[in-house]
Amino acid sequence: MSDSCAAPDQDTALPASVDLEKETVLTGTVVNDEGELVQGAYVRLLDGTGEFTAEVVTGEGGQFRFFAAPGKWTLRALSRYGDATGEVEAVRGLNETKLAVSR
Amino acid sequence: MAREDVLVTADWAEENLDTPGVVFVEVDEDTSAYDSGHIKGAVKIDWRDDLQDPVRRDFVNQEQFSQLLSERGIANDDTVVLYGGNNNWFAAYAYWYFKLYGHASVKLLDGGRKKWELDAREVVTEVPSRPATSYVAGPLDWSLRAKRDEAEAAIGVKNLIDVRSPDEYAGRLLAPAHLPQEQSQRAGHIPTALSVPWSKAANEDGTFKSEAELREIYVDEAGLDESKSTIAYCRIGERSSHTWFALRELLGYEDVKNYDGSWTEYGSLVGVPIALGDEPGTK
Repeated sequence: MSDSCAAPDQDTALPASVDLEKETVLTGTVVNDEGELVQGAYVRLLDGTGEFTAEVVTGEGGQFRFFAAPGKWTLRALSRYGDATGEVEAVRGLNETKLAVSR
Repeated sequence: MAREDVLVTADWAEENLDTPGVVFVEVDEDTSAYDSGHIKGAVKIDWRDDLQDPVRRDFVNQEQFSQLLSERGIANDDTVVLYGGNNNWFAAYAYWYFKLYGHASVKLLDGGRKKWELDAREVVTEVPSRPATSYVAGPLDWSLRAKRDEAEAAIGVKNLIDVRSPDEYAGRLLAPAHLPQEQSQRAGHIPTALSVPWSKAANEDGTFKSEAELREIYVDEAGLDESKSTIAYCRIGERSSHTWFALRELLGYEDVKNYDGSWTEYGSLVGVPIALGDEPGTK
């Protein structure tokens, strides 16, 4: 458990302590126009009312991960290649989304 | 206080990278960010290793802060420009320290690392060498810091601003959504605290909103009483430093404190009142 509010490394495997029977994990990758994984993209999670909930920065694998709750969420990616928005209806366990950024 | 007294733009920063007497400092929790590339000439401060006491649950004291800045080659008369990741949370937290210990000239880089990166501005991996100084920190300014008893006494009396996400405020989540949720403390918020997530003060690129927009958010929408003192808190005190900066440094309210013990402390206290749900609750 991190004792700060900052985002942990997004490229590491899901910690063994995370129980997917209990946690709702929103994960995925950010890609650019060419289909390449985007490192250094800022991905934010917005709740059902559009309110900011959290933000992470993608690592080398272009990956992001959030721990949330079942329900409707919006993912928003900003990068030097452009922006992208995705909607997710999350359920308990793993929820995967690909975000394709463009100008 | 004017915005330009406490914030610098990325353009200003780029023009002043080599200005004598201006020291750029990157403050992060994850210092691998600095190591992978930082603003030219910037020194790094590690949020955990440099700013927290290694044993007690508290931040560095006057002597430790003096020693840290001396080692980093920062002098009392330098203008310190702070920036970092996470929308400047940790930079704002460090800014609060510089104010707590009486540094004369300190500013935040508006937008921090994020805007710098999104603008694709230059970063370097070369670590600058700055000769050590003899920095002398002032005594801790308690007019900027709230402790737990003060936070509890503020219920129904002062403005309490809870800057965590709405789900953390209501007690539906115990930590920000990018962290696993297992926690020891109780969920909820300090009764009568207004919910104004820190993110409301920032634009998507991490820059602060205008003073007019900020006033609308805190006063018109959230109901902050301008005639009262204010205490901001979050989970561990760094997101609330960001809001403390918006309220005191940008909007100019005089009596604004950061409760850095925040929810990890308050939510663990025995016997204190807690409110659940989306409403502030009553005393």
